[in-house]
Amino acid sequence: MTAHTVAVTTNDLVRQSIEGKKFSPFNALVAFALLFTLLSSVVILVTLLADTIAAALPVFASRGFGFITSSLSPTASSAGIWQAIMGSLALTGFVIAVAFPFGVAAAVYLEEYAPDNRLTRFINSNIRNLAGVPSIVYGILGLFLFVEILMRGVFGASEGIAGRNVVAGGLTLAVLVLPIMIITTSEALRAVPGDLREASLAVGATRWETIRHQVLPVALPAILTGTVLTIARAFGESAPLLLAGAQLSLFFSVSSDASFADLMLNQPYTALPIVVFNFARQPQAEFVALTAASIVVLLVMLLTVNAAAVIARDRYERRYR
Amino acid sequence: MAIVDQQGDSRIDLTGDVRRRRREAVVKALFFAAAAISILISVAIVLALIGKAWGFVTSIELNQLWGNGWFPRRGRFDLAALLVHTLMVTGIAMLVAVPFGLGSAIYLSEYAKSGVRRVLKPTLEILAGIPSVVLGFFALQFITPNVVRGLIPGAQSANFLAAGIAVGILTIPLVAAVSEDAMRAVPNSLREASYGLGAKQWHTSLRVVFPAAISGIIAAVILGISRAVGETMVVALAAGLNGIMNFNPTEGGLTITGAIANLAVGSDQVAGDSAAFQSLFFVGLVLFALTLGLNVISGRIVRRYRQRY
Repeated sequence: MTAHTVAVTTNDLVRQSIEGKKFSPFNALVAFALLFTLLSSVVILVTLLADTIAAALPVFASRGFGFITSSLSPTASSAGIWQAIMGSLALTGFVIAVAFPFGVAAAVYLEEYAPDNRLTRFINSNIRNLAGVPSIVYGILGLFLFVEILMRGVFGASEGIAGRNVVAGGLTLAVLVLPIMIITTSEALRAVPGDLREASLAVGATRWETIRHQVLPVALPAILTGTVLTIARAFGESAPLLLAGAQLSLFFSVSSDASFADLMLNQPYTALPIVVFNFARQPQAEFVALTAASIVVLLVMLLTVNAAAVIARDRYERRYR
Repeated sequence: MAIVDQQGDSRIDLTGDVRRRRREAVVKALFFAAAAISILISVAIVLALIGKAWGFVTSIELNQLWGNGWFPRRGRFDLAALLVHTLMVTGIAMLVAVPFGLGSAIYLSEYAKSGVRRVLKPTLEILAGIPSVVLGFFALQFITPNVVRGLIPGAQSANFLAAGIAVGILTIPLVAAVSEDAMRAVPNSLREASYGLGAKQWHTSLRVVFPAAISGIIAAVILGISRAVGETMVVALAAGLNGIMNFNPTEGGLTITGAIANLAVGSDQVAGDSAAFQSLFFVGLVLFALTLGLNVISGRIVRRYRQRY
């Protein structure tokens, strides 16, 4: 015991004589400055949330959930965001239905099947480049490919909203997030240990059987988390929808007896972030509180989705570990 | 499955069940098709942009593309004004994102204990997940009145400073994440050698690790510039609608993305085959080429430095 204490003291003495003065003001200053830059982001985030919630409070205080369930209107006192919430949910449905299967399939090909040749390397670098294309460019693509060619050209939609429907918007967002979907799924597949594949192949399973029964179940939690985060990104995206057909007016009506197909193809739509944009650019002061309230709803929905991702990941991880 | 034939010859048939093999081939082909879609998307983007942009360029006089401001409905397509305004916003954004992003990255990579890291890193990720339209509102309602007008009382309500700061805030998480990765990839032997020579922590992080990771950090900044150039909703809300070339950061103006958004929105919504509408594709092509170039350069730099360690 005593010997140990002596050793520690000697150690300290030796270190002190080597390092010189223990406290260096400049060293502390640099550490503090770096921490300051990092904490600034926290301060910005807190300010943004506090400022928005404070501005939104009057709307929720006076109208409660009526603000969420009323329809869009140019009159600030009665305007709500119901169509926008429905539109965003429909768009999200399309993103899941299109980007998830295609994204996972493409990632499985690139990680599990693809030989290391020029074509594979080209596809990989192409996907990385697509992930860096600004979202508004995808809006231009959506306008050209889905609104003009698919809806007006193939389906001949020239009346009414002329193809600016929720299917075109949903496909645009799905194409936008597809590269991100492929990249996150690829990372999830790469994290699956190779032994598992070799063991499965060694007992006579084919490649697809190995993927289906061994690789995918193990990678699933990570794939699902990546998917949900990707969907959250699509949910908050507004720039491409400006071009791909979301309604930018403060008022539009959907006929109440519209069938599902009619709703998807022939009725106007909008999305929550688009309504935020729309409210935010109104000159009247009453719209400031409405914008803030819409942002609160948008952020709460995003937070719910992200929390769901974390919960889903925890549950699946326990099952397959 | 294994067949030993009558003569006692022990050659084993390993080709397997025909149906299983056929299914295997079909599955592989389907997955390949899914991967090939990404190429089709790129082709469609290039076709849409180049096809329509060509239609636009041939329908106007080339001198309409320079000088006189950006007023598409009056046939004035001043690309220089849009480029200058984009440069203004991007420059201001980088003045915010580079120091704060790199500072955060150095702290997270070199200083933060794992507990601190576990708390602060998700904050950056949450910031990265905030939709850009929300930052646009924040720029209009908070940054302009409280920050910009606090410094320069006469600033217009839509100005490059507020838009640039908001775009910078959006870019901080990206710059921080990519450059932190670069610094964490620096081998520990460098840090140990530095400490072994008696260097302090600031010296080790700023004079040893930072220079060793410089190519990754440059790549992060280029990626940040590309993101800032392509950012749309913040500038559509907070940078204003002025089409005349303007160098004053307290005033606003249309950027490349702002011009595209504005063509799609409201009073400037012009449809059909008019030159104004088609200019949207031309400006889109300029934006696409600009960001693609930046991303490719950044990717090259990242790959080169990865090979070194």
